[in-house]
Amino acid sequence: MDIGNVDYTTKIPNNVGLADDRRVLKALEGWHPGYIDWWMDMGPEGFQDALVYLRTAVSVDPKGWAKFDYVRMPEYRWGILLAPQDENRKVPFGQHYGEKAWQEVPGEYRAMLRRLVVIQGDTEPASVEQQRHLGKTAPSLYDMRNLFQVNVEEGRHLWAMVYLLQKYFGRDGREEADELLRRRSGSADSPRMLGAFNEATPDWLSFFMFTFFTDRDGKMQLESLAQSGFDPLSRTCRFMLTEEAHHMFVGETGIGRTIQRTCEAMKAAGIEDPTDIARIRALGVIDLPTVQKKLNLHYSLSLDLFGSEVSTNAANAFNAGIKGRFQETKIEDDHRLTGSTYPVLKLVDGEIRRVDEPALTALNMRLRDDYTYDCAMGVERWNKVIEKTGVQFKLELPHVAFHRQIGEFKDVNATPKGVLLDDEAWAKHRDEYLPSKSDGDFIAELMQPEMEAGKFAGWIAPPKVGIDNKPGDFEYVKIAA
Amino acid sequence: MAESERKLSNGATRIDFATDPSRYRHWKLSVDGDVATLLMDVDEKGGLFEGYELKLNSYDLGVDIELADALERLRFEYPQVRVILLRSGKPRVFCAGANIRMLAGATHAHKVNFCKFTNETRNAIEDASASSGQHTICVVNGSCAGGGYELALAADHIILVDDGSSSVSLPELPLLAVLPGTGGLTRVTDKRKVRRDLADVFCTTEEGVKGRRAVEWRLVDEVVSNTKLDEAVAARAREFAGRSDRPKDAKGIALTPLERRIGPDSRDYKFLSVEIARADRTATITLRGPDAPPPASVEAMVAQGADFWPLELARELDDAILDLRLNELDVATIVFKSEGNPEAVLAYDAFLEANKGHWLAREIRHKWKRVLKRVDLTSRSLVTLVEPGSCFAGTLAELVLAADRSYMLIGQMNGDNRPPAALALAPANFGAYPMSNGLSRLASRFLAEPYAVEQLRGKIGTTIDAEEGEELGLVTFALDDVDWEDEIRVFLEERASFSPDGLTGMEANLRFGGPETMESKIFARLTAWQNWIFQRPNAIGEEGALRLYGTGRKPAFDTKRV
Ligand SMILES: [Fe+2]
Ligand SMILES: [Fe+2]
Repeated sequence: MDIGNVDYTTKIPNNVGLADDRRVLKALEGWHPGYIDWWMDMGPEGFQDALVYLRTAVSVDPKGWAKFDYVRMPEYRWGILLAPQDENRKVPFGQHYGEKAWQEVPGEYRAMLRRLVVIQGDTEPASVEQQRHLGKTAPSLYDMRNLFQVNVEEGRHLWAMVYLLQKYFGRDGREEADELLRRRSGSADSPRMLGAFNEATPDWLSFFMFTFFTDRDGKMQLESLAQSGFDPLSRTCRFMLTEEAHHMFVGETGIGRTIQRTCEAMKAAGIEDPTDIARIRALGVIDLPTVQKKLNLHYSLSLDLFGSEVSTNAANAFNAGIKGRFQETKIEDDHRLTGSTYPVLKLVDGEIRRVDEPALTALNMRLRDDYTYDCAMGVERWNKVIEKTGVQFKLELPHVAFHRQIGEFKDVNATPKGVLLDDEAWAKHRDEYLPSKSDGDFIAELMQPEMEAGKFAGWIAPPKVGIDNKPGDFEYVKIAA
Repeated sequence: MAESERKLSNGATRIDFATDPSRYRHWKLSVDGDVATLLMDVDEKGGLFEGYELKLNSYDLGVDIELADALERLRFEYPQVRVILLRSGKPRVFCAGANIRMLAGATHAHKVNFCKFTNETRNAIEDASASSGQHTICVVNGSCAGGGYELALAADHIILVDDGSSSVSLPELPLLAVLPGTGGLTRVTDKRKVRRDLADVFCTTEEGVKGRRAVEWRLVDEVVSNTKLDEAVAARAREFAGRSDRPKDAKGIALTPLERRIGPDSRDYKFLSVEIARADRTATITLRGPDAPPPASVEAMVAQGADFWPLELARELDDAILDLRLNELDVATIVFKSEGNPEAVLAYDAFLEANKGHWLAREIRHKWKRVLKRVDLTSRSLVTLVEPGSCFAGTLAELVLAADRSYMLIGQMNGDNRPPAALALAPANFGAYPMSNGLSRLASRFLAEPYAVEQLRGKIGTTIDAEEGEELGLVTFALDDVDWEDEIRVFLEERASFSPDGLTGMEANLRFGGPETMESKIFARLTAWQNWIFQRPNAIGEEGALRLYGTGRKPAFDTKRV
């Protein structure tokens, strides 16, 4: 079959020859009903019957891989899509550097690989669960459609990981695939594996921040797994990355349109001081200091997803050729890291200092630095939006020591500027750094749905262009369908 | 690197086993009615040595010293406590086991002593249940790996949280190329009776087993969801409390700090002294008999509390032995001596025997049992000198029986008017203080002649002189004062000249004749297998797994099977 195109003859669309792989096809078909149950239970609440203008992958060619059409979400064709195989691909790093990439799981790395696949897989349905109530307060049909697009694609990412588990990890893999449907975001009994994926996504500002920051963590993780010497994982992640780009687009433009609207409203009302919160909020827009606080929250939660700065697991995974660095193949070094060091921010005698650590164990730190750089560029684009309106305000990323639950700074209270505070001072100032209850109440009140085609809630500006180049009044979601 | 001495934290020069809850850095002990909670919340920065952090509730000897202290206090200070809940104070991790960086950088001697002590502490958990009706329920929330699971294995009942991620594991072999050193393998097969092939899968699966399978494989007793956990723990606590015979309204006694004077070559306690002769590589422990008759009643005993002679002396001996084990590695031979009136010692034994139904008397006997086991397991040559004026009677006679050799002086020393050396037996010698092989020291001594032990019962309470002692087989040699000094000197010099390793192995073989128990197997296998593996290049060589752990580099094994 043509690997570039998707086979829709099987129940599960795929480009991995499932029609000829009866064992895996059967396993996936067995898993399918449980997935649909999960989607009906935990997918977007209240809109399962709506017709949504969604893109569906029809090939894995980076140009023109998707087609758009109205779909009811439960009927979305979730499928198994891997980037095309490169017959000559080599393991690009670690002790197996230069050896032929593996098409089967090496026995000694099976547990490590499975763990990575499970952790990645666990985040995908988690975000769908976190976002399931947001449809009801969508600021427009355009945004609602974007939310659902992200949701169905996270669902597809779950399929991607489940395919790997079912195909390559035997009985354990099948059990883990079932567990992925059993855990629930925020559940006391069986929570999702990572902290940030058990936090609530209470409003659309959180959703945009989440897709900007947390999906960007996903991008970094996928980028480093896309380097994997285990070729099926690499190919899976490479295709997932093409979808991930849209998720971050939703986040970045979502925040961009929010602050654009705020600045325009301020200007129109003649408010120059961005911290004149009461007057700005009275305009029905979200003041920039509150945006900054949301940013502080989501950035710090996402940093935790990178794990401890110095990590044996990360070192093992790199050395084994399982998980590489961001853009590994573009880095010019020995790709083994046995002799080099990498600077790590640590807490030394109560001070935040840079300490050189063996590069191999500092890989989480390195990936996190790459992430921070990526985030900072996005924040700069937001600042351009503000600057253009003439409002005097700059958003910025908080210090990496700020509000951390994992790693070197988990036991200290640092301000967004990186100044260490005692518990008392922290308690006093916390609400200046992180969204307070009243900030949350204000935003919640503002989140009034706008379901008329072409219209937008007052706190957010319309996008510059429509999805699939559709006109401004296009009906992205047919709710009553 | 592995053999270079590590520096103790905070400028300490010796490892101290004395602590109390006000000084704990790693555990929180709380008591609510008949249920106590031992919360493990290890202070990352609280390592005993410099050079590692105790992440993820991993432990070192310092953490275990606190645990051992808490267990002692639960028995003496809280007679009403029937159930101990062993829990983690950290989210998502129960205990990651012994700290690997600590192990990788520790001297071999420290590793061995560390494992031995942690084993003794785990045994104390089981002893509290078996001997004193103080049952332990372990609540595993989060990952419970290696030494963490071994700690859980010491409990009567293991509850594992069923949250899709909490798991138990023994990853030592796949991860570090060593074995679980705290009885893990033996408890998996002998205590939990896990099927051997499933145990093989379990012990080679780094991430371990979670959920229902952990119950099916007998690795834990039940799995409970988070929301039902409190209810389930409370129900189990009630159930186990119901099986306990601990007193309802007894008031505990305070284990007050031991009075010690620590000199460069000496330790002085109230009833015990240690003299270290560095040139001879000997440490002489002199135990002193009581300075007053036993109290008139159990109430009076309780009132004396930690000052009650048998308890005070047991605690002092325990502290002294541990001190020598960890801080005086060059001592080849421990020489036991005693001073006092054998009759007075027997009077205390009679008091404890007469009141053995009382909770405190029972605890004191079991304390002596544990301390004497600690003596048995000390890898130094043990010799007991029964001299004029000594009081090796009843409980203290156990130190004659525990020794690798004993010497008893015939008659008196020239120019010394102390009464001739005498031994005496008490009922306690016939079963109150079993060794780890399950037998009394007398029964272990006379494996070929069980009837000899029965005949010795006839000697209870009588005074046994040196010649009779030798004839009865209670001492190795009876010597007169002409030979005494020279024989002892030659013995000690010879002992100090042998290979310390050879002696450790030989003595351990000879001390524990007769049957095996789970406990004796644990120590024997620790010595034989783990300590061997701990020395092998596959673990600690330049390319060994323990050495490379944390670097991300893969160990290179010598593939020859031995
Ligand atoms: Fe995703
Ligand atoms: Fe995503």
